[in-house]
Amino acid sequence: MGIPYFPGCTLSTKAKNYDRSGRAVAKVLGLELEELPEWQCCGATFPLMLDDSMALIAPTRILYQAQQAGDRVATLCAICFNVLRRSQALLERDEEMLERINWFTEEEYEGDVYVAHFLEILRDELGWGEESGGLAERVRRPLTGLKAAPYYGCLLLRPYDEIGLDDPEDPRILHDLVRVLGAEPVNFPYNIECCGSYLAVKEPEVPESLSKDIVASAKEHGADVIVTACPLCQFNLDYPQRETGMSRKGEKVPVVYFTQLMAVALGLPEETWDFEDHYVDPRPLFEEEDGATED
Amino acid sequence: MKYRALVIGAGISGMQAALDIANSGYEVILVEKEPSIGGHMAQLSETFPTLDCSQCILTPRTVEVGQHPNIELLTLSEVVDVQRIGDAPGSDGAAQEGFNVRIKRHPRYVIEDKCTACGDCAKACPVVVPNEFDRGLAARRAIYIPSPQAVPAVYRLDPDACLGLFPLACGKCAEACNVGAINYDMQPEIIDEEVGAIVVATGYELYQDKAVAAYEYMSHPDVMDGLEFERMLSATGPTGGKVIRPSDRTVPKEVVFIQCAGSRNPEHGVPYCSKICCMYTAKHAILYKHRVPDGQVYVFYMDIRAGGKGYEEFVNRAMEEDETVYIRGRVSKVFPTDDEVMVWGVDTLTGRKVEISADLVVVASAIIPSAGSRRIAKMLGVEADEFGFYNPENAEMTPVESGLPGVFLAGTGLGPQDIPETVSQASGAAAKVLSLFQAAQAEDRARAALEEEGAEIDSSSAAVMEAV
Repeated sequence: MGIPYFPGCTLSTKAKNYDRSGRAVAKVLGLELEELPEWQCCGATFPLMLDDSMALIAPTRILYQAQQAGDRVATLCAICFNVLRRSQALLERDEEMLERINWFTEEEYEGDVYVAHFLEILRDELGWGEESGGLAERVRRPLTGLKAAPYYGCLLLRPYDEIGLDDPEDPRILHDLVRVLGAEPVNFPYNIECCGSYLAVKEPEVPESLSKDIVASAKEHGADVIVTACPLCQFNLDYPQRETGMSRKGEKVPVVYFTQLMAVALGLPEETWDFEDHYVDPRPLFEEEDGATED
Repeated sequence: MKYRALVIGAGISGMQAALDIANSGYEVILVEKEPSIGGHMAQLSETFPTLDCSQCILTPRTVEVGQHPNIELLTLSEVVDVQRIGDAPGSDGAAQEGFNVRIKRHPRYVIEDKCTACGDCAKACPVVVPNEFDRGLAARRAIYIPSPQAVPAVYRLDPDACLGLFPLACGKCAEACNVGAINYDMQPEIIDEEVGAIVVATGYELYQDKAVAAYEYMSHPDVMDGLEFERMLSATGPTGGKVIRPSDRTVPKEVVFIQCAGSRNPEHGVPYCSKICCMYTAKHAILYKHRVPDGQVYVFYMDIRAGGKGYEEFVNRAMEEDETVYIRGRVSKVFPTDDEVMVWGVDTLTGRKVEISADLVVVASAIIPSAGSRRIAKMLGVEADEFGFYNPENAEMTPVESGLPGVFLAGTGLGPQDIPETVSQASGAAAKVLSLFQAAQAEDRARAALEEEGAEIDSSSAAVMEAV
């Protein structure tokens, strides 16, 4: 049996490349992601008002579906991950709220599904395996020479008390992954800054100015590519570069999902890389050695 | 009872207590774990709010302690065991008998009576390590004297840094020493003493963990803590009092101070206020400006706690005369750029994000109890709070009493506080020791008198009875 998987709306529409590359990678690693038979949007924001039980209904229903499918649920989208993990934490500590929502949905969610980001499953269950048995041994095409800048954003890490995935000030999980894939992780000071998130819809100039600093800083620190685990981060860093790059010299920096980088490094066929829909085309970075060029 | 006191810790607090007791005619054993006395005050450049030269007001005390006929000074030493003599504390009306204490004296490998502090040994020593007294901003040899004003004014061989202690492979310092003061075979010494009272003055150290690591402290040479900055300001410090950036030795023109670094941070640091940082940061701003008149200081603060005589005026002076920019808000991130240190923060009074490209960043790190204080608390049975600060019997009414007969507390081991407060406490603790000794001596005298006159009293009272 595969791992119960909640793709979420974005990965079913705008970020299909994240979903497809994620599933392909998971499959080849024996961690097959099995989509929940029935699901709806998680709401995309975790309710911050204490009495906002309505906004918890959607995540609770997803958690209930996951409970029916197993005892955990994997996500790729950092936003869904954040909403589900925090909802789960809230329902675990607030029995009254859990009862209230169960009463309304007429479902019996028990409050103990483990919400995992796929990165966590890689790290904690498969292991990086630099010594034995883990991801390192599955790398077929090490990304030697590639300077990859992990960009974490906010929702994958914060708030730490409820998310607890990694150190929120000095995260390592994407750094470690990138290193295992043979690339060189590039540390840059903006790697946990906000990309502007949903303001892409309402006030697009905000994420454009934020992402300018992020992309420029990554480039200044030598990045060939930015690696992310969030569809909104990917969009907010990639889209503003559609016409001109955002580094000081106007260079463009491709922004890819970690699953795409894995698909390349694990030697999966090119169609699973899914680089076609990027605004800054990452493909030149991964051309075969003979034609390889840097910038 | 033995009318002699043990004082643990020879910083300003322990020294003050020891001097007060010794000057009243009682013997004191003063135990210090470092090679020299004076504590953190010896590291300071100037003191607030008077801007007195710290060394200048401290050195008369350290010298007096070193020479006092009533003070037995044991440096490089630790109290390893304390046993109460007589009845357990708390039993009603029990006589206070005192303590048997065991002190472990670590070898200095330099004979104190012979060493003339000429420094020939250090010139011969091939080992270079960071100097703890200068907070690592300067180097020392394996055989060294912590500072020119050190008391005792003798060298010390650091066995961890020395090349040749076991087996003797180097021996250069012994060759260089004209007076034969170096002895590689020195062994730890156990000293057993009886005392009538104990003053615990174990002091503080600066927090050096996650909450300051986030400000690149420990990873960037141009981010330092308050004590490092003090060393740099000090005329006897590694730069001779010049302010320079450690990374490239240029004069920093934009300096950012971050207050509450680790303090008032229940999530990542400690929840309490470290109390002295508002004042010493203002002092740093003033002293920096005196040295670099065209420089600019920025201070990130949560609020200014300048409660004390002349303190508020002192902070105002930093703001007005020395044009320090105070920004009310916390720093969110510090990171290196090409040749500077970028500081991001927020000005909560305007609601704006602040970005300062600084040449130097100084973090006012939280005060925490010194490393050995939990062990001391356990050994003596003194209560300590969750951070390791000692709890007095009653914080309001008996602030220097531990609640255990004969055990008194003073200094920053009780909690963050400044020099005047520490000195007052030390004198308070010394007064408690003296009144304990005086009362016990009065009782001794009364008992002796009673014993002498006992028969007469008895017979006379019998005579009275008979007469009735």
